[in-house]
Amino acid sequence: MILVIAEHLAGTLNRASWEAIAAAQQAGAGPVKAAVLGADVAAPAAELAAAALDEVLAVSGPAIERYTLDGYVTAIAALVKAEAPDHVFLAHTYQARDFAPALAARLGATLVTDCVGTTLADGALQFVRPVFQGRLYADVATDGLTLATFQIGAVRADGLARGESPAPIRAIDAGVEAAAIREQPEAPFREAKQAVDLTQAERIVAVGRGIKEQEKIDLARRLADALGAEIGASRPICDAGWLPMDRQIGSSGQTVAPKLYLALGVSGAIQHLVGMKGARTIVAINKDPEAPIFEVADFGIVADLFEVVPELIKELQG
Amino acid sequence: MKIAVCIKQVPTRDWQPRVAEGKTWVRDQDASFEVNEPDAYALEEGLRLKEKHGGEVVVCSAGPARVTQALREALARGADRALHVQGDELVTADPHAVAEALAAAMKDERFDLILTGLQSDDQGFAQTGPILAELLGMPSATIIMEVDVQPNGGLRVKRELEGGWFQWMTLPLPALLTIQSGINQLRYATLKGIMAAKKKEIKAIPGAAGLVSRQRIVSLYVPGKQKITQMISGSPAEAARELVRKLRDEARVLS
Ligand SMILES: Cc1cc2nc3c(=O)[nH]c(=O)nc-3n(C[C@H](O)[C@H](O)[C@H](O)COP(=O)(O)OP(=O)(O)OC[C@H]3O[C@@H](n4cnc5c(N)ncnc54)[C@H](O)[C@@H]3O)c2cc1C
Ligand SMILES: Nc1ncnc2c1ncn2[C@@H]1O[C@H](COP(=O)(O)O)[C@@H](O)[C@H]1O
Repeated sequence: MILVIAEHLAGTLNRASWEAIAAAQQAGAGPVKAAVLGADVAAPAAELAAAALDEVLAVSGPAIERYTLDGYVTAIAALVKAEAPDHVFLAHTYQARDFAPALAARLGATLVTDCVGTTLADGALQFVRPVFQGRLYADVATDGLTLATFQIGAVRADGLARGESPAPIRAIDAGVEAAAIREQPEAPFREAKQAVDLTQAERIVAVGRGIKEQEKIDLARRLADALGAEIGASRPICDAGWLPMDRQIGSSGQTVAPKLYLALGVSGAIQHLVGMKGARTIVAINKDPEAPIFEVADFGIVADLFEVVPELIKELQG
Repeated sequence: MKIAVCIKQVPTRDWQPRVAEGKTWVRDQDASFEVNEPDAYALEEGLRLKEKHGGEVVVCSAGPARVTQALREALARGADRALHVQGDELVTADPHAVAEALAAAMKDERFDLILTGLQSDDQGFAQTGPILAELLGMPSATIIMEVDVQPNGGLRVKRELEGGWFQWMTLPLPALLTIQSGINQLRYATLKGIMAAKKKEIKAIPGAAGLVSRQRIVSLYVPGKQKITQMISGSPAEAARELVRKLRDEARVLS
């Protein structure tokens, strides 16, 4: 049996949890159950019951009203011991990144992170995950109880099997003592309002670390002007303070879907791709023909950006 | 405050990984190596906390002999001493095995605070830190963008969440934090630091024999392409002209 731990925020299920359920259904490794945790999980449990599942486990208790690592590890470890699944699937969200490694260690289990799919080899489930920044994929075999997190967007939720009738829901007491929780979380917040809203931009020129120096960003800016585009960036550019944080595109920045996305010296790490792969036309200029950005590009130029961009500006202005 | 910073040495970013014979790892004999990016930020954070609150910063790395180079660099940037957990097989071991090797070497030091990077650039497990915390019985928090030591001796830390959201949380010491790139601005080693590092101790700790990895790579390969990319070749001027034509006439995305 595969047990999927679904994630929700104040009762609204995370879309990536449907992808984890779809991954479990498609794994071909036995029946699938889903669990959801919180103080009151009646609503998300009822929503989950629409999927073709053997059972939905509604795990509740006052101590797990808000997410904490200790609360979730204690509750899920007890759940896994009681239900005895062969595999536990989760979405590779920030929350799962936080608690799943400790959960695996507590259970004496192994955790395979950031999976993009599974395969069956002689009846045993194997996991496909990127290594070396997505430039290679690895098939991973495991021993014993295995937890796996699935990269967001890698398994399509529209492949989800729905049930003919709602799956049965079983209520379970989380059995977590508030005193056992060492972390005290405060309410999530956003930093001061963003000065630019890249989500509305029709065209974006994005600079990555291939730009090399802060002074060279001016070249990208001139190209952006010639295209009528906004300037965006990968995370390291903003980390270095070369462009303000509100120019950052990706999982920890903005998610954009412009008509044109032109990436200059961006390698195409998954955390960047999730923020821009919805763009209608993607152009990548990168000197590395194997850069993962070419995986999502419609048009690609393998070249030194410092040679091509001045020509592009000339061409656009000519 | 006694602070440990875990540092992994990884191939440089511009190195092209090539699958080795046997297809379970890469041919890294020709690679050059550097400190995993978020680990450099973790070290910087450790040094800043020491400057503010006193104590010592100990850098720890598990791996083959080459990782002493990364430790030496960390000492040059200001760390006080280093632990090298030795073992060639640690390069391909699973994160639990690496965390166990680190835990065995670090446990008797009784660190108040352990900092790791949030993820390694090569294996990308994003696990070693939180597993180490669990093995040492410490609370942990991940993807940290700010660290404040509270007057009562606990920590208040800022966790990054998805899509530009953040969250503060408090936790007691001893604790482990995984540090996100960009938490601070890095300092570089000075000549004085490099000279001073020569006298600092790198303690070698033989890794226990018989590491058990419960996950292993059985096949390594270049991922298949999902999208058809039109590659545009020619001189820079020719490629630029062709790209502009395609964007104007085929994709119709220019105004
Ligand atoms: C939890 C988490 C959240 C993250 N969130 C984000 C996020 O929101 N956004 C984000 O972008 N990243 C994010 N990252 C970081 C991400 O993993 C990558 O490290 C980052 O996107 C890499 O940025 P880059 O492509 O600019 O740099 P690199 O990966 O260093 O790539 C630079 C590229 O430039 C090319 N290049 C170099 N010189 C030239 C030249 N002269 N001409 C042409 N090309 C050249 C190189 O071939 C290379 O492909 C996150 C990581 C984590 C773990
Ligand atoms: N061999 C190692 N030696 C020291 N620290 C490590 C090692 N492997 C991983 N780490 C630490 O754990 C973090 C996460 O690595 P990983 O779990 O491989 O993604 C890294 O950023 C390092 O701080």
